[in-house]
Amino acid sequence: MSLLVSEGAEFSASGVVSARHEPSIASVGDYVALMKPRVMSLVVFTALVGLVIAPGHMHPVIAFTALLCIAVGAGAAGALNMWYDADIDAVMTRTSNRPIPQRLIAPGEALAFGIVLAAFSVGTLGLLVNWLAASLLAFTVFFYIVVYTAWLKRSTPQNIVIGGAAGAFPPMIGWAAATGDISLEPWLLFLIIFFWTPPHFWALSLTRTDDYARARIPMLPVVAGLQETRRQILLYSVVLVPVGAAPWLFGYADAIYGMTALVAGFLMVAFAWRVRNEREGARADRAAHHLFAFSIIYLFVLFAVLLVEGGLGGW
Amino acid sequence: MDGKPQRIVLSEQQKRSRRARSIAIALALGALVILFYVVTLVKGPGVLNRPM
Repeated sequence: MSLLVSEGAEFSASGVVSARHEPSIASVGDYVALMKPRVMSLVVFTALVGLVIAPGHMHPVIAFTALLCIAVGAGAAGALNMWYDADIDAVMTRTSNRPIPQRLIAPGEALAFGIVLAAFSVGTLGLLVNWLAASLLAFTVFFYIVVYTAWLKRSTPQNIVIGGAAGAFPPMIGWAAATGDISLEPWLLFLIIFFWTPPHFWALSLTRTDDYARARIPMLPVVAGLQETRRQILLYSVVLVPVGAAPWLFGYADAIYGMTALVAGFLMVAFAWRVRNEREGARADRAAHHLFAFSIIYLFVLFAVLLVEGGLGGW
Repeated sequence: MDGKPQRIVLSEQQKRSRRARSIAIALALGALVILFYVVTLVKGPGVLNRPM
């Protein structure tokens, strides 16, 4: 199956486009956009937290190298995702202005760009930091592209639940870069992001159901309906309260973190409760937007407190 | 056929874009070289010790 987009370019289901070969006018900025810089910044931030709270000392140059490699690896995953999803990006309002649908970068160029960045980031992380962190980074890119993008995204409404693991790995990679090992603490950070992802993404998808339906992506609101999505958002938000507080409950973080996590967790549930009860029109959209916005603040605040505690030696 | 090879003539915009991309690639490769050099200095002989 393929979708004819414009003369000389044809987007297929795999995202591969056969197009006239024309000299590119892509700017450096277009390639930066291909790396999803906003996602990269969140990845770097959570990886930094994993790296800072890990025990032991890490030379600043090695720490910088690790974060740079993780950032570039995330950028590679973003580029490969845009290569594969070029067909659905072209029909979704939110993504139609990306470099490939805009025909600024050819899909083959995006594929090559992503592969080169992935290889360099994993290789450099292995050679200059350690191979456990490099292996985790390689697995994360593989999981995001093959498991989430190519398989789950188009086949199941649980796509972002399972696929959310890819976004949850960065603090674990940061920890592994610092220690060369994996213990319970980074798993707790993994679980926080893992359980945070569904309410975060479903809140966004509630207001873009038509977009996802047009692109034939089986997001939960498209497949199971808005009410079921609102119910599951609330369920995941409730589970997120103890999971968010787990680093404190297990004795790895102090009471300031614990209180912050509990207060933020209950606020998250309150926003999710409002989403569940506001079912019609602009008020429903507003409630979903508020939950989406707060979910970003939630994650940032929890990890920022961990970062400060880790920086002060409190972890 | 006049026997001359067909050639693509780049527009000014295409030339500017290509130049900017080439400079970005050069800077990235230069940064990579510097990074490896600095890490080698930081790690010293330990640079050859790469634990799993």
